[in-house]
Amino acid sequence: MDLRFTDEEIAFRKEMRAFFDSALPKDIRTKMEEGRSLVKDDIVTWQRILNAKGWATPFWPVEYGGTGWSPMQQYIFLEEMQATPAPQPLQFGVNMVGPVIYTFAKEEQKAHFLPRIRNIDDWWCQGFSEPGAGSDLASLKTTAKRDGDHYVVNGQKTWTTLAQYADWIFCLVRTDPNAAKRQEGISFLLIDMKTKGITVRPIQTIDGGREVNEVFFDDVRVPVKNLVGQENKGWDYAKFLLGNERIGIARIGMSKHRIHRIKELAAQEFDGERPIIDNPRFREKLAAVEIELKALEMTQLRVVAAEGKREKGRPDPASSILKIKGSEIQQATTELLMDVVGPYALPYQTDQDVGWNEPPVGPDWAGPIAPTYFNYRKVSIYGGSNEIQKNIIAKAILGL
Amino acid sequence: MDFDLSEEQQLLQDSVTRLMADRYEFERRKEYAKSAEGFSLPLWRQYAELGVLGLPFDEAHGGIGDDGVGTMIVMQAFGRALALEPYLATVVLGGGLIQHAGNAQQRDDILPKIADGTLRLAFAQTERQTRYNLADVKATAKKAGASWVIDGEKSLVLHGDSADKLIVVARTSGAQRDEKGLSLFLVDAQTAGVSRRGYPTQDGQRAAEISFSQVALPESAAIGDIDAAFPVIDRVVDEARAALCADAVGAMDAMHALTVEYLKTRKQFGATIGSFQALQHRAVDMFVAVEQARSMAMLAAMTARDEDAEVRRKSVAAAKVQIGRSGKFVGEQAVQLHGGVGMTMELKVGHYFKRVTMIDTLFGDADHHLARLADAGGLI
Ligand SMILES: Cc1cc2nc3c(=O)[nH]c(=O)nc-3n(C[C@H](O)[C@H](O)[C@H](O)COP(=O)(O)OP(=O)(O)OC[C@H]3O[C@@H](n4cnc5c(N)ncnc54)[C@H](O)[C@@H]3O)c2cc1C
Repeated sequence: MDLRFTDEEIAFRKEMRAFFDSALPKDIRTKMEEGRSLVKDDIVTWQRILNAKGWATPFWPVEYGGTGWSPMQQYIFLEEMQATPAPQPLQFGVNMVGPVIYTFAKEEQKAHFLPRIRNIDDWWCQGFSEPGAGSDLASLKTTAKRDGDHYVVNGQKTWTTLAQYADWIFCLVRTDPNAAKRQEGISFLLIDMKTKGITVRPIQTIDGGREVNEVFFDDVRVPVKNLVGQENKGWDYAKFLLGNERIGIARIGMSKHRIHRIKELAAQEFDGERPIIDNPRFREKLAAVEIELKALEMTQLRVVAAEGKREKGRPDPASSILKIKGSEIQQATTELLMDVVGPYALPYQTDQDVGWNEPPVGPDWAGPIAPTYFNYRKVSIYGGSNEIQKNIIAKAILGL
Repeated sequence: MDFDLSEEQQLLQDSVTRLMADRYEFERRKEYAKSAEGFSLPLWRQYAELGVLGLPFDEAHGGIGDDGVGTMIVMQAFGRALALEPYLATVVLGGGLIQHAGNAQQRDDILPKIADGTLRLAFAQTERQTRYNLADVKATAKKAGASWVIDGEKSLVLHGDSADKLIVVARTSGAQRDEKGLSLFLVDAQTAGVSRRGYPTQDGQRAAEISFSQVALPESAAIGDIDAAFPVIDRVVDEARAALCADAVGAMDAMHALTVEYLKTRKQFGATIGSFQALQHRAVDMFVAVEQARSMAMLAAMTARDEDAEVRRKSVAAAKVQIGRSGKFVGEQAVQLHGGVGMTMELKVGHYFKRVTMIDTLFGDADHHLARLADAGGLI
């Protein structure tokens, strides 16, 4: 047992930090620091900077544009990027559909899509959830019927994050309604969002944001060549994808950044004669979250260190711990910011709704704080809700 | 000891509940919120007809002399409906200050107009630096001949943008955080030198930033004794806190009911999600939190007018802590148990969550009152 990073890892961390510090455009960094929402262009700009450096998809196999970094280096990369704070490359492409394509798709699909994913030439969105199929994803109803060299897709997806920007959507669709098990009749289809018959309807979230959508499919014709892998094997690919989704789900770097931000703002904002940070009760609350975060970091490092020794492609059920604690800590940081902002949580002055160009009410950093608190309730719902993660742990780890 | 409502209180509850059920379904509320005032003027008149706007005032002033329980009943119904009308600002805060601090003339002038719905007030107390310390006031009122001249910036004034008159807390002597040296003034919102900037709040209500620049007022604008307003401010704000506790209980009740209903109807894995024991227990924890909050809202309602300021302060602070904590738990879990749909503007549940979150930040959050109570030696 040895807590120290190797000299190489320390040097690697320095290299990462120096790069992120110098390469991240100032305006994007400011938005990230202030918790304001990014626009499409911000994500594209940043991912292209990373791609130019060869770092948009460091986890991918070297032959498809990966870096060959060790699990520990990958971890350091992610942590440093989040702590900068820089946005992550578009997850739906880089962490989700990309790995499915290089693992299961045909050569020509790989050749076409992978470079475009790396350079975010295509914006991808994830069409899994449906109104009736959330936690119970296998109950999905969207159908794809074979008609010559096309599938005809009918149905509805929902909660589709940033579908309004998307060029492509990867979907789970039912191709065999008569399969013995529900999981066995599902296929994994890539669909061009410009195809006739697709309608995107935005759903406004409680914070006022517009990040999720409903996507309707009405006789949408999709070439059979856009099927990934084999027909009716889509569930296997989806399970593989959801395993990869947990990469970086703990968001430790991001929470570390938030803790720094909380300290900075709590030193600026006064309650009477003393800054909030000088209130011992507040400091104890903050320290308690820092302890949770440190524990999570140690747990994450244990998972990362064990990664090389595990069978490839099989997610560690311990990653459910990372999801549960990681989301709780992210939420706790948004709550601490609510404590700091105090009464100035009240005005609704978000930059997401056009029309707010008045001077700020209260401190100029107050605007995003309550919306972020509301919005972050999502992190314990998506990516497999925390209740579902507990079911996984109970079953897979505890054998209950 | 008796926790039952009297006949009149029961009647009040029935009529307000019926009115809200008739006039406040979710789609209507959106329309009210979009109007210039941010609430429904016709409904305001109906509240007046029901006698709700004069509730705490004595009969001579168009009221029924309610002791706090009536306000609790009304606020719970408002909380359940997510009502947008400026009841707290006008009746509880504005009316309370006039009732407790005003002279006979002011009471005769103002209270009947509040009761009949023709006058709306707002309480201009908070400033940028105030946070939750009611004595932290920089705005000044200076004597110039026979008039008072007010200067200063007020912030987060609930419904300050649509009020006809403002009750302003200004410093007439003492240092910035002294309790002594505060005075109250009644200012017509149209007076020269008053400028207002209104905006929506996170929970769909309205507030305003208001600046006072060389606002000249007659001597008669002062409410109560000069330099001695703090005790009455403290008292009326406690009444407002008690009212907010009831408002939050109404919202929590509704959220909990919606969540239990959802657990009974939403199906995943071939079963209603309410059949999963993990969620049953969560719904029970929410239920317990709501009942604890309800108990404390009752305590606050029945002690907010207690003659013993110490008893009143501690009970109300304790209630505000309980409401803050219960509200946070119930709100967060209501969203969680709804899954994705709980995160949307389209369902009511998220709006309740935002409302209870904002109630916590009004007149001191749970941490603030917990510290106050702990520093005062606790409760029991
Ligand atoms: C902001 C946001 C973005 C999203 N982005 C996407 C996206 O881009 N693409 C996509 O496909 N999906 C996306 N999702 C959908 C997300 O994955 C689902 O919301 C999630 O799977 C939960 O499903 P549900 O909302 O239908 O809730 P339900 O599954 O109906 O769950 C409701 C409640 O019941 C609980 N529950 C369910 N089953 C059990 C059980 N067996 N035991 C105990 N508790 C249980 C849940 O934990 C939850 O609390 C997004 C969701 C959100 C909120």
